[in-house]
Amino acid sequence: MEIRPIVASLRRHRIPALLIVLEIALACAVLCNAVFMIGQRVADIHWPNGIDEAGVSVVTVNGTDPKLAASDIPRDLAALRGIAGVQAAAAVTSMPLDQNPAVTCFTLKPNGKCTVNTSVYFLGVDGMKALGLHLLEGRDFTPGEYADGDIHGFQPTAHVVLITRSDARRLWPDQDALGKTLYSGSLSWTVVGVVADVLAQDPAFSGPGGRYSSAFFPVRPNAMIGDYVVRSAPRDRERVLRRAKQVVAGLEPAAVVDGSTFVKMRADYFANANSMVWMLVLVCVVMLAVTVFGIVGLTSFWVGQRRRQIGIRRAVGATRAHILRYFQTENLLLSSAGVILGMALAFGINLYLMRHDEVGRMPWYYLPTGAIALWLLGQLAVLGPALRAAAVPPVVATRSV
Amino acid sequence: MFGYYLDLALRSLKRNKMLTALMVLSLALGIGASITTFTVFHLLSGDPLPQKSARLFYPQLDPYPKDDPFSRSGQLPWLLSYVDAMNLMHAGKAKRQALVALSQLKLTPKTGGKRPFYADGVLTTADFFPMFDTPFQYGSGWSANDDDNRAQVAVIAGFLNDKLFGGTDSVGRMIHISGHDYRIVGVLRHWLPQPLFYTLHLGGRSYGKADAVFVPLQSARADGVDPDMMMSYGEGASMRHLETSPSIWLGMWVELPQASDVATYRQFLANYASQQVSLGRFERSRTALSGLMQWLRDQHVVPDDVKLQVGLAFGFLLICVVNTVGLLLAKCLRRSREIGVRRALGASRGTIFAQFMTEAAIVGLAGGVLGLGFAELGLLGVRHQPAQYASLAHLDLPMFGLTFAVALVASLVAGVLPAWRACVVPPAPQLKAA
Repeated sequence: MEIRPIVASLRRHRIPALLIVLEIALACAVLCNAVFMIGQRVADIHWPNGIDEAGVSVVTVNGTDPKLAASDIPRDLAALRGIAGVQAAAAVTSMPLDQNPAVTCFTLKPNGKCTVNTSVYFLGVDGMKALGLHLLEGRDFTPGEYADGDIHGFQPTAHVVLITRSDARRLWPDQDALGKTLYSGSLSWTVVGVVADVLAQDPAFSGPGGRYSSAFFPVRPNAMIGDYVVRSAPRDRERVLRRAKQVVAGLEPAAVVDGSTFVKMRADYFANANSMVWMLVLVCVVMLAVTVFGIVGLTSFWVGQRRRQIGIRRAVGATRAHILRYFQTENLLLSSAGVILGMALAFGINLYLMRHDEVGRMPWYYLPTGAIALWLLGQLAVLGPALRAAAVPPVVATRSV
Repeated sequence: MFGYYLDLALRSLKRNKMLTALMVLSLALGIGASITTFTVFHLLSGDPLPQKSARLFYPQLDPYPKDDPFSRSGQLPWLLSYVDAMNLMHAGKAKRQALVALSQLKLTPKTGGKRPFYADGVLTTADFFPMFDTPFQYGSGWSANDDDNRAQVAVIAGFLNDKLFGGTDSVGRMIHISGHDYRIVGVLRHWLPQPLFYTLHLGGRSYGKADAVFVPLQSARADGVDPDMMMSYGEGASMRHLETSPSIWLGMWVELPQASDVATYRQFLANYASQQVSLGRFERSRTALSGLMQWLRDQHVVPDDVKLQVGLAFGFLLICVVNTVGLLLAKCLRRSREIGVRRALGASRGTIFAQFMTEAAIVGLAGGVLGLGFAELGLLGVRHQPAQYASLAHLDLPMFGLTFAVALVASLVAGVLPAWRACVVPPAPQLKAA
């Protein structure tokens, strides 16, 4: 296809041509950034988490008498284990994504400098089984370690700790983490096991470095414990949770008892991200629709204006395919100019947003992907008017309109 | 003359219904999206206490060690330690001053059979109520003496009074908070500053529903109530010894009526910090005193997502405007012949320009009306979102006006280029071709 006549004709219609280029450029810039933000959020929503998410439910108990914790917690747990369908139950202080961060800094040396917010979890007996933690190396806590474990001014009194694989790799990059010592201030703990990555209590609070930085300590029944983790088969979890809340509320008349499946806790945590994703998707779809209709409108006008010209070309031997190709090529040229400008604009917007600390750097492949999307949309939009142009009969040339 | 333009414009718009509908719809979508997001942004970045905010200030100190600072980016600690907060309070250098911490308080209804429940509690000091101009339905706040004597008194919100006492005057009655009886001294009328400026960094929400119970800080602490947020800057932090341990957990507000008071208070803070450095309690003498609105801005109280949405929506509006320019241009170039005839019959360029701008303005107004509908729909969508601020999303009068202003400006901007193209159409060739 010869493009010189197309360029010549576009130069005679500079303003409509520029408008199409501008519209495509803006759409490309917004699309790239919006899709990038959607991608980031969708990735967040699907952060893996090394516990049995589908089977775990949590019953929260607040406002109990701290003096009775030592006797009440084992009694409550025994009752929970008695519920049909419960595979394991344990008392813990916090849960991943419970939006109530309890973080500490752990270092390789005593009184070292703090760099990462590590979420601290205290597990009661059976905690590993109830949460469904995947032990990758080492061992679970022993009954003696559970019995020794207490919480003193937020710090564990036990001397053993389970850490996540991310932390093991971060703290001891080329060594085996088992048997190593972890410090916080002057206190120290020995790593006895490494588990698959568990999410922080509030990843937004902990920051990207702390997302999978979690440490688990053994604890005996203690007044700081407010969560009972109950694990069941996924299909039983709603029934088990309902029953578990009733059982605990019956045993703890003075306490405020609530509960949720972990699936729901996760959905709650990401609810905002989720609605943002839908909002972004909606805006993108509407924006692309507006762009397509804009191109259709302008090209239709264009075709209408050039009916005579098209008729003459048909009369002197151009086939329908030639006319079709002509408008498609013209659109391709305009789209190309638009996406080149659009990619530059998209990159600029991303730089601006990065400077304002709201988003990260957009990977390069978003730009060509956005460009291809708009090329295709441009071709789609032009198809209707171009077909109409191709249908112009040669006889038009001989008529004065 | 305007009536004639209007008539011409309406005829022209009617002649090509598809194109007109497309223009109005595209403009309306752009306006709907921008007004929806901008309304949310406008609400979230609003002034919580318009009559008072210019006189309210938030002091900050830095008790953190130099080697292990509060933040790597150099931010000052958000909260104060108990010792510093009390020192500042006792110095009494401001007209009014209040400390704030938040806590989930367990309330046990007196009437039998009802289960206890948690309510959003505020641990504060006497000046909180007069300083923030909280409206009282019954009774009043407590006195500074009550603070010092650790009196078990409480102020409750109207909605809690409705729930517990059926809305009757409950002043003098008792409420069971976290295992202790507190005497109600005041019931607030509806008081809901947005953002909930005093909750920042204290572990509460920044927008949304009001707090339910207000109790004297020291009384609640004496009864074993723990704050929701605590950060420690040294060893030995524990909830039981918050008053003496190296931990920050209190926000402080001061009322400084005059500019000179602000300067004096700044000096006082600087002196206090350097005094603490010489005493060895602090390693750094950095201080800050931010006005209320400044504090909200600096702490990014408006969620980033909301700002992104505004940017996105205005980008979208821009696309819609470019789109409308294109379509208007297409429409008016198609009418070159009509313009030629009118020009030949004596219409001036200005007349043609005015006629086409009238047409654009009609498109704009129609787009505005429809856009308003889209904005209402959008806000309905926002209200069904899980965000804290969801319930606030309503169109107010200024936003209503802004919708039409944006619509008109957008359509006139979109109309300028086509109208200019139209008025420079030379009449002769058009007539010849016919």
